[in-house]
Amino acid sequence: MSRERRRMRGRVAIVGAAESDELGKLPHKSALALHAEAARNALADAGLRKEDVDGVFSAGLWMAAETAEYMGLRPRYIDGTQIGGCSFIAHVEHAMAALDAGLCDVALITHGESGASRVGMPGTRFGHDSIRLQFEGPFGLFGPPTGYALAAARHMHEFGTTSEQLAELAVSTRRWAQLNPRAMMRDPLTVDDVLSSRMISWPLHLLDCCLVTDGGGAIVLVRAERAADFPKPPVWVLGTGECASHVHVHQMPDFARWDAAAVAARLAFEMAGVTHADIDVAEFYDAFTIVPVMGLEAAGFCKPGEGGAFVAGGRTAPGGAFPMNTNGGGLSYTHTGMYGMFTLIEAVRQLRGECGARQVAGAKTAICHGLGGMFSASATLICGTERP
Amino acid sequence: MADFKGFTPVPLPETAPYWAAARRHVLELPYCTACGAFHYYPRATCPHCLSSALEWRRVSGRGRLHTFTVVHRGPRDFPLGTPYVLAVVELDEGPRLMTNLVGVPADPAAVRIGMPVEVTFVDLSDAVALPHFRPVESAS
Repeated sequence: MSRERRRMRGRVAIVGAAESDELGKLPHKSALALHAEAARNALADAGLRKEDVDGVFSAGLWMAAETAEYMGLRPRYIDGTQIGGCSFIAHVEHAMAALDAGLCDVALITHGESGASRVGMPGTRFGHDSIRLQFEGPFGLFGPPTGYALAAARHMHEFGTTSEQLAELAVSTRRWAQLNPRAMMRDPLTVDDVLSSRMISWPLHLLDCCLVTDGGGAIVLVRAERAADFPKPPVWVLGTGECASHVHVHQMPDFARWDAAAVAARLAFEMAGVTHADIDVAEFYDAFTIVPVMGLEAAGFCKPGEGGAFVAGGRTAPGGAFPMNTNGGGLSYTHTGMYGMFTLIEAVRQLRGECGARQVAGAKTAICHGLGGMFSASATLICGTERP
Repeated sequence: MADFKGFTPVPLPETAPYWAAARRHVLELPYCTACGAFHYYPRATCPHCLSSALEWRRVSGRGRLHTFTVVHRGPRDFPLGTPYVLAVVELDEGPRLMTNLVGVPADPAAVRIGMPVEVTFVDLSDAVALPHFRPVESAS
């Protein structure tokens, strides 16, 4: 299996990446409009026309076909895989397979979400006979913070992870945001600011939680043989992995360890044939401060339980030994609800050397590591500047 | 708790016996006679082996607090008010379930992961009761 996976590295490349025109609070734009804006910008970045797209990959609370319809596309390959915020990273794996099999030639992955303004967002689909509203809702599981707090508390109990360590991650991430003109939160932030912010769901404070914004993003992929024919240097897909272990948080196999993420990352490293030391820049999904801590452990950048110490001391900040969430992350740049697309866009920009003040010098290999649901799913991409 | 309607579960065919037992203030779970394991939440097929050879068995109602959070920002009109303790309990029989920890202050200093707990039911209406958990008195 490992050999079969290894065969896939470098078979496709990302040749276009962009956000929507605006990010932030956008009550004048619907979720589908944000998809379309981002798609237009990513295609322009790739020097492609709408008519060139024949594969559409998208996740939302509606059918991917509706997203395609809105953009006036008639794809011959369509994938609406929805495993939460990391869906778009999983779509890279799916697009790779479809492109390699010749089922499409230009793969467009789009994201658009009116997470803050809720314009054109379908309502909740949970009925009172759903598993969620029978076995979780009646006890006050309320939005993501309450679910993630259950894992944070168990992680603290088993490993001694501290609120101060989690706060340091938020502070380091804010320092990156201060270098990104598109980041929403750019004021200076201290550990004390995080610890004194309002408690949302112990042990998570307000500033342990991501932003809630509106925005979109898109990327474009093609097969290797065409990848050099585009305006910007190709970003090669070296390794991918995905895994889903549950949906409802009470079904989480181990509240202190993110099983799905360990699988996704192992698969991606296996395919890429690179080591952890080869990673120059990391984009780890940070819906809450505890998420990248557990993600780094699961992906093998440190041992289980050592994530808190790993992110302390500014290690992930600008100038630190492990540049991570260089756009300012979901904590300080933007978080529309399904953040995974933005890890992809930032990795592409870092590898192209387009990041200005926040550029990680000489970045050749990047990892995007995504979260879906309540530690339910994960998807990983390892990408690089050099074709293997 | 008469105003608990927004949080009132509506059973599915495979979960109806669970809620019927809860209404009698009894905690019952599906037990698979093919592989010999309980599971939760109730399914029509065993998630361990996919067998349909399930029977309902009363469980001890005792377990340990596996993890928890003290929720300060919760749903509007939630009957416990804020803050409240949202908890995951691991039953002595193995499965974990989501619940509220009651009978203790909603304060992380008063709650300890690993503490022994036992089920206590709260009636939402004549038709529905929810399993909550409370600490087991250490003297007992």
